[in-house]
Amino acid sequence: MIPPSFEYLRPKTLPEAVAMLQQHGDEAKILSGGQSLIPMMKLRLARPGFLIDINRIAGLSYVKEEDGLLKIGGLTREAELEASPVVRTRYPILLDTAHVIADPQVRNMATVGGNLAHGDPANDHPATMVALGAQVVATGPKGERVIPIENFFVTLFTTALQHEEILTEIRIPAPPARSGGAYFKLERKVGDFATAAVAVQVTLDDKAVCQKVGIGLTNVGPTPVKAKKAEEFLRGKKLDEGNIKQAAQLAADEAEPSPDLRGPVAYKKGLVKELAKRALSRAVERASGK
Amino acid sequence: MAKKQTVRVKINSQQREADVEPRLLLVHFIRDTLGLTGTHVGCDTSNCGACTVVLDGKTVKSCTMFAVQADGAELLTVEGLIQDGKLHPLQEGFKQEHGLQCGFCTPGMLMSSYALLKKNAQPSENDIRWGISGNLCRCTGYQNIVKAVQYAAGKMAQGGAK
Repeated sequence: MIPPSFEYLRPKTLPEAVAMLQQHGDEAKILSGGQSLIPMMKLRLARPGFLIDINRIAGLSYVKEEDGLLKIGGLTREAELEASPVVRTRYPILLDTAHVIADPQVRNMATVGGNLAHGDPANDHPATMVALGAQVVATGPKGERVIPIENFFVTLFTTALQHEEILTEIRIPAPPARSGGAYFKLERKVGDFATAAVAVQVTLDDKAVCQKVGIGLTNVGPTPVKAKKAEEFLRGKKLDEGNIKQAAQLAADEAEPSPDLRGPVAYKKGLVKELAKRALSRAVERASGK
Repeated sequence: MAKKQTVRVKINSQQREADVEPRLLLVHFIRDTLGLTGTHVGCDTSNCGACTVVLDGKTVKSCTMFAVQADGAELLTVEGLIQDGKLHPLQEGFKQEHGLQCGFCTPGMLMSSYALLKKNAQPSENDIRWGISGNLCRCTGYQNIVKAVQYAAGKMAQGGAK
């Protein structure tokens, strides 16, 4: 399959890239890892007139803890996230997630920023970032703008990013003591999008009572779903088997999946319930240092 | 037609260059422009991994990348595995262990296995299966591919090929 013709631009700096976006308006698309955009161009679902390749811009790829935040550069590859020592030791939910995104070759190219900016609720990082309460940094002509993740996903393939903005960083609040997270995904085969998946991040107090909880659901709505009722229910409670079971049911109720080749609505809701149970249990184990 | 751009790559230790349209995919650049047809086009949708090549030490699917993106890169394709006229231990392993039947997926399998062994010289069976999880084979059922990679790892541990 041959994509439609386009002009290829390769800026060396971020301001140069932003200027190109301003000049070409909605005719232009940012090329990051290209693992969603290029297939869409080959299928002619996307026909950008200009591709702005940001891969040669230095300083957009990093994973570091700073000022109480985990900062992930927009151009960080999934494989780099997977290999990052700080992610491996402190953010198991991100490791779980990176591990089940597509396959090794795709993870060598695909970027964390692109996974979010594409605005596909079937992608895995959106739900994870919802669970983590992340913030997205968008860089445009007027400088940086910080967007809370709850406001980032507008609808299917549409985010809060403006045409002249580039997603340059993801910020995640560093987890306090007694925190843990997990991501559970069911896929038909390696590399497939989730039939459904559940991301959970919890913080317990010294009596094992839930202080903070974030729950995000993948591919069961036009945007990643924040399971607010389940979160509300768990706050201030012990995360025992009974409460986890009830919260999992609430999360399933909040899911709005569409029937497709991956299964009917009832099956997907049932799946959310089971995956939520498992993700919550694993998150609690990890938060308790088990 | 969009303006052509010059792409320079070092492929299998040889410096090559050509002027190409930006929309030319890397796999077509390798096969049609450079004439190296060992790399295959399988599904053309980033699922099967038949087009896998090693780019600056990392495996990529060359059907899901533009040639212009590879400008300045170092590439390794299946043609570059042979050393001093001798098959690479991986190629020998695939031959000895019947790691292929129709052979269509083999170039991609070899490149993924090559990158795996570079990173992990003594992989477990699980490591191997994980390492080739982006490559589909419709013939073998993977058993003999795993054995072939194990054969190569053993052979390489005894010294010789890199």
